Formats: sequence, C-alpha cells, structure tokens
Amino acid sequence: MAETTLPAGAPLEPAALALLRARVATRLLDVGIRSLVPVVLALVAGGLLLAALGRNPFTFYGHVWDYGVAQDNWQQSAVSMVPLLLIAVGLTVIFRANIWNLGYNGQFALGAALVAGYGPTLVDRLPLWFAFVLLALLAAAVGAAWTLVPALLKAWYGTNEIITTLMMSFVGVDLADYLIKGPFQDPSIRTPQTRAIAFDKLLPPIPGTSIDVSLLVAFAAVLVVHYVLTRTAFGLRLHVLGANPRAARHMGIDLPRLTVSSFLISGALIGGAAAAYVLSPFWGYVRADQIPTYGDSIIPFVFLARLNALAVVPFVAFYAILSTGGDFAASQENLPTDFLLVLVGLILLFMTVIEYLGRRRELGSSYLPAGLVQALRATRRPAPKPALDERAVAASGVDADEGRA
Amino acid sequence: MSVHEHSASAGARAGGEPPLVELIGIRKAYPGVLANDDVSFSVRRGEVHCLLGENGAGKSTLIGILSGLVRPDAGAILIDGREVSIDSPRTALEHGIGTVYQHSTLIPALSVLENLMLGDTRRLRLDVAGARRRLAEFGEMLGVEVDPDATAADLSLGRQQQVEIVKALWRGSRVLVLDEPTSMLTPQAFAELEQVLGRLKGQGLGVVFITHKLHEALSLGDRITVLRQGRIAGTLEGKTLRAAPAEELRAAIVGLMFGEEAPVVTDVAELREDIERVELDHDRRRAAEAETVLELDDVSAPGHGTEPGVEHVSLRLGFGEILGVAGIDGNGQRALAEVVAGQRHATHGHIRLYDAPVTHLSVSARQKLGLRYVTDDRLGEGTLGGLSVSLNLFLKRIGQRPFWRFGRMQRGPIEQTAGELVQRFDVRTPSVSTRAGTLSGGNIQKVMLARELSFDPKVVVFHKPTYGLDVKTTATVRDMIRGLARAGGAALVISTDLDELLEICDRIAVLSRGRLVGIVANEPGAAEQVGRLMVGDAAVEAAA
Repeated sequence: MAETTLPAGAPLEPAALALLRARVATRLLDVGIRSLVPVVLALVAGGLLLAALGRNPFTFYGHVWDYGVAQDNWQQSAVSMVPLLLIAVGLTVIFRANIWNLGYNGQFALGAALVAGYGPTLVDRLPLWFAFVLLALLAAAVGAAWTLVPALLKAWYGTNEIITTLMMSFVGVDLADYLIKGPFQDPSIRTPQTRAIAFDKLLPPIPGTSIDVSLLVAFAAVLVVHYVLTRTAFGLRLHVLGANPRAARHMGIDLPRLTVSSFLISGALIGGAAAAYVLSPFWGYVRADQIPTYGDSIIPFVFLARLNALAVVPFVAFYAILSTGGDFAASQENLPTDFLLVLVGLILLFMTVIEYLGRRRELGSSYLPAGLVQALRATRRPAPKPALDERAVAASGVDADEGRA
Repeated sequence: MSVHEHSASAGARAGGEPPLVELIGIRKAYPGVLANDDVSFSVRRGEVHCLLGENGAGKSTLIGILSGLVRPDAGAILIDGREVSIDSPRTALEHGIGTVYQHSTLIPALSVLENLMLGDTRRLRLDVAGARRRLAEFGEMLGVEVDPDATAADLSLGRQQQVEIVKALWRGSRVLVLDEPTSMLTPQAFAELEQVLGRLKGQGLGVVFITHKLHEALSLGDRITVLRQGRIAGTLEGKTLRAAPAEELRAAIVGLMFGEEAPVVTDVAELREDIERVELDHDRRRAAEAETVLELDDVSAPGHGTEPGVEHVSLRLGFGEILGVAGIDGNGQRALAEVVAGQRHATHGHIRLYDAPVTHLSVSARQKLGLRYVTDDRLGEGTLGGLSVSLNLFLKRIGQRPFWRFGRMQRGPIEQTAGELVQRFDVRTPSVSTRAGTLSGGNIQKVMLARELSFDPKVVVFHKPTYGLDVKTTATVRDMIRGLARAGGAALVISTDLDELLEICDRIAVLSRGRLVGIVANEPGAAEQVGRLMVGDAAVEAAA
C-alpha cells in the first residue's frame, strides 16, 4: 500500500501525527492485552484448579507441551489445525456481518458424512486429485446448502438466525448420523460407520513432513478471506452491515443478497473443513455419533482474534496444541478429556471480564487526550448519576470533541 | 443603551424583596467543556425572564441546574433569599420550581386528569373530584379550556403544552421554567402561550423562558439575558426593553449572542427576511413554470412501529425549486423521506424522476440517478462512527469505479477525492482518515452533505438538515440547499422548524397524520396558513 497522501487543506502537524502514532500504539497494545490476557488467566486458573484436584499443574502443562509440540508432535497439532482454521474463518466471515451462524455442527457433520459416504467410491473410480477436488466441492456445497433455509428466512422475513441455524444444526447432525447408519454404512462391519478410504488414497503429506497438503489450502483460505474482508467492496459491505444494519440499508446495500451470500460462504468453508477432516490421513471414514463439534471449541478464539482472519491463526495453533497435547496429558494425569473444555470455558469467562473492564476504560479515555482525563479525574467531585449527566450534555448541544477543538 | 454586565446579587440591588429564585456564580464543567461559567441569574415576582442563546451556549445546563437534573460544580441557589440545595427534580418542585421540558413528558395513553395526578403520591387514595376542581381553577386562571377526560395523545401540541404547564404548577410552584416551549408550536399556539404567560405574571409567578429565537424573547420578555459559550454575555433590563427602538434592540442582542462575528452570521431569520423575499419572488415564478423533476403520484407507504406512514401523497418538484414539507414531528416525515429515497417500498402510487418511473428501483439505483437523501439520523444511519471520514464519504458508492476495481478498493483515488470533498465542503477534520465518530455534529452533517451533494446530484431530500447544528453551520447548510437549487437541482426539505422552511423554500407543503393537507406558496402570511394547516384547520384548503 502506497503512502497515504494527505490533502493540502488538512496537513497533519508533527504534534498531531505523534498523537496519532501514540494512539495507534495504544490501540495495538490494547488489542494485544485484550486478546492475550484471558488466555493467560485461564491457564493460571486452570492450573489452580489442577492443584485443587491434587495434580501438579506444571506437570500437566509440561505434558501438553511434550505431546503437542515437542519432537515431531507439533506436526500432529498442525494437522488438527486444518478443520479448525477453516471453521474459524467461516465463522469470521459471517460474524463480521453481525450474523450468527451457529449451525456449524450440522453443516460440518453433513459435509463429513457425505465425503465419507461417497469418498471410497469416488477415489477408486476417478483420478485421485480430481476426486479430492470433487469431494471438497461437494462438502462445501452441502455446508452452504444447509445454511440456505436460515439465510433466506433471515433475508426475507428477518427471522432470528440464531434460532434457525441451531435448529437446522440438530437436524443436520441427526441426518448425518442417519446417513452413516443407513445408506453409507460399511456392510462388512457392525460398528455404525462408513467404509474407510484406503490409506494410500487419502491426502498426501507435504514432502518431508507428516502434515497433509490441506494445511496449505487452509492457510490459503485464511489469506483469501482476510484479503476479501479488508480490501474489497464485499468486505466493506459486510463491515457496514455488521456495524449498523440501518446504515447499510441507508447506503443502498442489497441486504438480502449480502445476507444470503455471507451465509453461503460461511457454510461452504465449514463444509470444506469437514472434507479436510475426513480426507486427512488420520481418518478416511466417520463414525455415527462421533463427528467432532470443533465449532464449539473454536468460537471463543474467533472472538479473541477480534474477527480478524489472520489473527485467528495463532489462536487456532494454540488450541490445536492444547487439544492434541491435552488429550494425552489428561489421560496421563487420569483426568477426563473434558478438562480441555473447562480451559476453553475459563477463556470465555476471562474474555468477558476483560471486555467489560476494557470497555469501561475506553469510555474514559477515547474522547480526550490522556492528560486532560487525568486532570479531570483529579478534580472530580462526587458526580450525579451519569445518565443524567450525559443527557444534560446532549441537551446542551455540547460536543466533547468540539470542546477540544 | 445600557447593557448590564452581570455583577452582584440582583436582590441586593433591588433593595427590597428578594427574587423568587436566584443563581449566583454557577459553574458546571463537562469533560472538555465549561457549560456554565460564573453564571448569575434571577427571576422576580411577576416577570418573564427570557434566557437567550444559541445551541451549546449553556441554556439547557442552566435549566438542568434549576430543575434538579444537573448539580453545579460551584455556585449558590437562593430561594426567597435563602440558600438551598436542589439535588433532584423532586426537591426543585418542593422549592416551588416547576419545569416544562422541550419534549412532552405526558403519558399518551392516560387522560389529562390522570397525567396531572401522577405526581400525587402523598396520599393513598386519589382525590379525583378535588383534582377536577383544581384543574378547573387552573383553566380559569390561565384562560384555557382543557377537557380533563381527554386522552393526552389526542390533544394538539399546544394543548399538551398547556397541560404540561398546569402539571408544572400543580404542586403550587411559583417559578415556571419553560425550555424552548415554542420549538414545536404553530403560530396560533404561540399566541395562546403568550396570553397564558401574561396571566401567570398577573398572578405573581416568575417565568424563565428559554429560547434561541430573538423575536420571541423580544415579544415576551420583561428581562432578557443572553448566554454565550457558557457565560452571561449581558442582560437587558425592562426599562431598556421598553424604551429602546426595536431595531436597536435586535442589533444589541445579536451582538451579545454572536459576539464579534455577528455581522457575518446573519442567520437570525427576521434580519434577512425582507431582502430575501424580493429575490425569492423572482425565483418562485421561474419554479412554477419549470419542468417537473420529481413527482409523487398518490404514494402510500407503511409506517414502522409507532411511527406513521404516508397515505396518498402527491406532489411535484420543479427544476430549481426548493419545496418544504412542514409538520409536527411524527406525522409521517420519515416515511415520506424514505419512500422517496427508496428505503421503504411504496404500497401504492408512483414515483417519477424526470418522467422515468423509479418506484421499484433500489436505493443505490436511485442514488446513481441523482436522487439523494440526507437523513436526519446522522449517527443512527447516516454515518458509521468507526470508519474513517474518507470511507464514510464513499459508503454509497461501494464497488463503483474508479474507487473500486474488480472489487478491490483503490485507496489512492478514494483518499484523493475524499480530500477534495473535505475541502470543498469545509469539513473540519484532522485528516480524511480520522474516524467520523470523533467529529462534531456539524462536521458529521457536512460529511453527509458532501456525500449526497457530490457526483451530480439532481433531487435531494433533506430531512431536518440543520437539526441541532450551531448557527454558523446552519447558515452554511441552508446556503448549500440554495446553491443546489440555483445549480438546477431540486430540493425537498422536510423540517419541523417552520422558520427554516420560511427562510429557504419556494413552496411549503404541510404533512399531517401521513397526508399532505395543503401546499402554500411562500408569500407573506404563509406562516399563518401553514400553522392552520398543521393543526388541521379544514377551512384553509389552500393549494398552489
């Protein structure tokens, strides 16, 4: 991006520029603190909890490190990142528009069931790469299609998508289970699962690693989504819709179309995640009632990343390590694997706390230079109810910013 | 002319009876702003004391302090010469200060009597008969007739205000504070209010009358105090007011209100009225013959929630014309603006732009054809506070060349054009990348105007274009509207400020309960006619 050229009429004085830089730095610091502090606090609180349960937290976290990162274990974490990343960006896209696609479990399960159901046949009959692409497209199409009912209801009637996507999600999960137990059931065994794709016909690894190539696709998806959100007309429209639907209407944005397309993109990415999951060298099949619900664990990190597609990557990596290493660590320490969900829950809790504190702080500092705020704080008397104060300011037509100018 | 610069207690000066209420050295600061600075002010028995000042001069803060909504940082409040502390609206009432706020505080679904008895929590049982008698007494005292059993929502605004006045006096107040009481009144209702105030004075009450309209202060005030930037700019005593010729008084007060800039800012409507009228006459003839650029033919659109829609509205807007739409707030103004802009679908009728039907076109299609809408809701829909000024300037052109190419945002052209617009429309912003939310209301309005009035505007709907703006920006905005018309565009100005419409419009249509009840040419006497149409006086079926 080229240097921003300012108009002749509004040159930035060095002082103003310095102030602006300081603000940007403060803001970055702020964002960093808000994103990282909840994670750190959750780890500390989780440690205390472990200690209360009679385990040594350092041993536990040590195990997480050993099994999730050390030696070649990081590769396993990396493989498990793929579906997480795709779901995370799929959610990022639609959350940006302030639309809540909470049907990710159903979209994922249906995509997984179909890929596992048709995969064994397709990889045998078609050229392998063609089969992969076809299966990925199939999963994406199914994921997208599963959002269509909530999307259209939202677009046409303004129906609350939180409820409709959740309902569709239950139907989707059950339908996936039905498909696995019925038409896609492996006839040779009694366990309710699909036929497995042969190991040599699953996604090949990146040379020199045991990580399959879908990780590259996932990274590419992250980059593309980030580009679309930040640099394109579509991304700006999503932002406007997310920030203020009334403004979006005023600006002449085609809301039904935008709503439906953001749903479809979100569903397609989540469906695609299911394809990557089934075709990864770990699996090749799915079992009924055991399709993972990755979306539930990844949602907090989407928010920690502030709906920024790039920022999602480190958080997903963190969670992948935690879950890969944590599984082993929990079994080593004789803890249920659900302990990981406790950690995720703690992160959510601390996020809420930090957000609350942060918002209060911002109220005090965002309008005015810091020095003035301090001066005012020093002279502040017991104030009347703030609501009245604000009303009075509004009523007197006094604008804080005008006052500063 | 002796302009009394505020000094010590008015009571001490008068020597005898202390004023009913006296404020001494009041100071109130909000973050970054000194709303009241060393303000002293008093009301005596049997006088109307006008408090005059433009938006942001500190009037509302002072009233808030009197009525117990705001607590001062410093200064004293004296009632009958004794210092008191007013820490809530209730204490203010107990001290005999009743306030009528700018916006109605009546509960629409309740009857007049019920509204009046709401504050009576002293006894368990409601004394309906007593209240009825009391209301009759007040009615006689004020010279108005109010039906005790009428539902508040059914009353005209003028009547509602009379009920508000009774409500403020209900508990035996001796000081009545009226905060911009005329902003929503018709000229007829204003005359009634004038009479009511006269009778209150006769009863020995003190009245504080807040306004930003000079002619009201002159016709009502026994004393006029001018606030400017939180300080008392000066006080005109009764003697001066009666003795000095009107023109001289006006000049003096304008000087006090606007300081040194006064000669430049000639916004005070009546000062320029006469000159403008002459110019307008010529333009108006031209407009009448001109071709129609926008036509609404029997258009209906639904309301949203409690806010009404419009029904069977027909109007024509000619080349170079400014057509005003007057009406009391909440009579379908928003529905009218939105149906023209395309934000609301017409359920009936046709809209034509240059004879081409646009009824079924989207907002953005109409925007491209030059049909623009400056919304009254600047923060709620007109701008996005979190985005930069430059992006806000382009929110209605997302995806259009040359600012977007193949969907990709072109930062260079956007910022360059934004810079030009910022200069042309005199938006005061540190830079085009400043977040729009940090600008003042006036500058946000200029950002919106820059967006709507650039790229070949043809017909622009202005909805309350100067609401809440300071005098200078108001003048600028009105000049922009005139400029648009002069350049061959046309403007539909929807406003609840009749003075504004009288100042800039060629014709004024009146919207009442979602219908256009008449269109009046802006000639002498138009105010009267519009006022009658606003209250639904069927006798004037004026059409132009």
